[in-house]
This record gives sequence, C-alpha cells and structure tokens, in this order.
Amino acid sequence: MDRPPEPVFAEPWHAQVFALTVHLNETGRFGWPDWAARFAATLARHGLDRDLDGGDDYFTAWLETLEAILTEDGSAPAGEVAAMRDAWEAAYLATPHGAPVRLG
Amino acid sequence: MPHDHHDHDHDHHHDDGHAHAHLPPDPALRVKALESILTARGLVDPAALDAIIDTYENRIGPQNGAKVVARAWADPGFRTALLEDATAVVAGMGFYGRQGEHVTVVANSAGTHNMVVCTLCSCYPWPLLGIPPAWYKSDAYRARAVREPRRVLAEFGVTLPEGTAVRVWDSTAEMRYLVLPERPAGTEGWDEDRLAALVTRDSMIGTGLPTAPA
Repeated sequence: MDRPPEPVFAEPWHAQVFALTVHLNETGRFGWPDWAARFAATLARHGLDRDLDGGDDYFTAWLETLEAILTEDGSAPAGEVAAMRDAWEAAYLATPHGAPVRLG
Repeated sequence: MPHDHHDHDHDHHHDDGHAHAHLPPDPALRVKALESILTARGLVDPAALDAIIDTYENRIGPQNGAKVVARAWADPGFRTALLEDATAVVAGMGFYGRQGEHVTVVANSAGTHNMVVCTLCSCYPWPLLGIPPAWYKSDAYRARAVREPRRVLAEFGVTLPEGTAVRVWDSTAEMRYLVLPERPAGTEGWDEDRLAALVTRDSMIGTGLPTAPA
C-alpha cells in the first residue's frame, strides 16, 4: 500500500462522541445491538437525501442517534443539551485565544 | 517579509473575530454539552473517555489482525482452529472485547475471494482491525459491495483470476467477519513477523490482497 495511513479519527469530536458512546454502552446505558439498529436507521434516513461519504456525515448521524437515545431515557434531555451547547459557545467566545476554555 | 517579528503589536491580524479561542464546529459543541451533562450526573467518567480514545488511536489496529493472519499462514493447526472458532482463538491471542465478541474468519482460496461489508451501518471487528476507514462507512461502499462486488474490487485495484467466485459477507452487531487472504508465493520459510508485514488492512476486509514479497 503506498497510500499514507488515514488518521483513526479525522476530527477530535469524532473521537469524543465515539468514546462517549462506547463508555455508555459499557456502563450499561444501552446494548450494542440496540445502538447499531438505531444508528443504522439514522444512517438510512440521512442517506435518502444524499450519499453519505462516511466522514463528517457519518459522525453527524452518530451524534444525532446518541442525542435521541439520551433524550428518551432522560439522562440528557434535548433542552438541557441545547442550553449547555450555547453555554460552551459563549465560553469559547469569551475566552482569550490560547487560554483553556471553561464554563463560567 | 510583510511581518516584522520585532514588532510588539501583534494585534493587527486579530482585530475582531479571532481574539477569542477558536470556536469548534456545532457538532463538537453538542458533544461537549453531552459530556458535561453526563459527567455532572455521574454517568460518564472523563478519564474513561480518554482511555478509550487512546486505545483506538494508538493500541488497536490492523496490526492485530495481521498477527492472526500470519500465524494462520505459518501454522496449519492454528489455521484449522481459527476457521472453526475464531472468537475463542483470537481471544487467546489477547484480541477480544468491544465488537470482538463474535468473529468469523473466512478463508480465500484459489477459487474463492471473500469480502466484507456492513450494509446497515459499519459493524467491524474492532479488536482485530481497529476503527473502520471512512470508505467502509460510506453509502457507496455499503450499497455497491453487495450489488457489484467485482467493480468495487476493480476500483480498489484488485483483479481476480477468471473463474474466481466472490463471496460477500454482511457484518452485523452479532457477527463480524475477517478475511484470511492467501499466503503470497515466495514466502516459504518466513517467520510470523515477516509474514505479518505483508498483511494489509484491506486484505483482511477483502478489498485488497497481501503485499507481494519484495
């Protein structure tokens, strides 16, 4: 093979959402076959609009599936996630470049 | 040089938008939000997340599968056991755990070439191959591997001798497949380490062949 090896995760958030899902599976939040079935359904739905390339769009579908599961089981309700996401955005915008970003 | 390194005024590129920390894309913020909420509830241990990422970025990958293939090439008894009960045999080599619970190894032969896909999502034997490459997860591969495997193989640069049958195996969350490619000619007497170096990731998915010995 003369192609250079691809990075395992193209973006840091791909790795984070992957690890989060594996961890929640291992701590018993959901079974892997259930996860795979839900994820496959999300991929199928997304793939109706356009061909997924297996990169960012793959992990976008992954994240959407995880958000849906965690909203349903009450461990991370959608409204709470949206508010926390905005809090993180505000923290990034308020933090000087180069300093660690923390929630206020 | 337009940029003067002795100039203490470094603000000229950072007037408005870039004085703050680089804002991650929307999905990254959503992942951070999930992580904060779940950590606060005691459902997630951030150190465990780091350990999982480190495992897949640095410790687990196709080098594991290559060791299994090389041993099967070198040891006929191992090969027989592997084809009978791969899950137990690879677990005996230390390759078990997440997504490795049910593994079947399918052997290429003179008349048969095997290739693996997951048509529904991206099931893959993580302990042996690590995280799948983007193309394995793409709609194009998932749809076409079953419909037109020979054309897909041609695009990967694999041309098979005429009369070779192609078998496509659909991985699921319950069963994952690994291809045992044929041992390249000209490797008689090689030890397992030397053999393992010829085993590519794609040859264990079936979209490639082992490297020819130099």
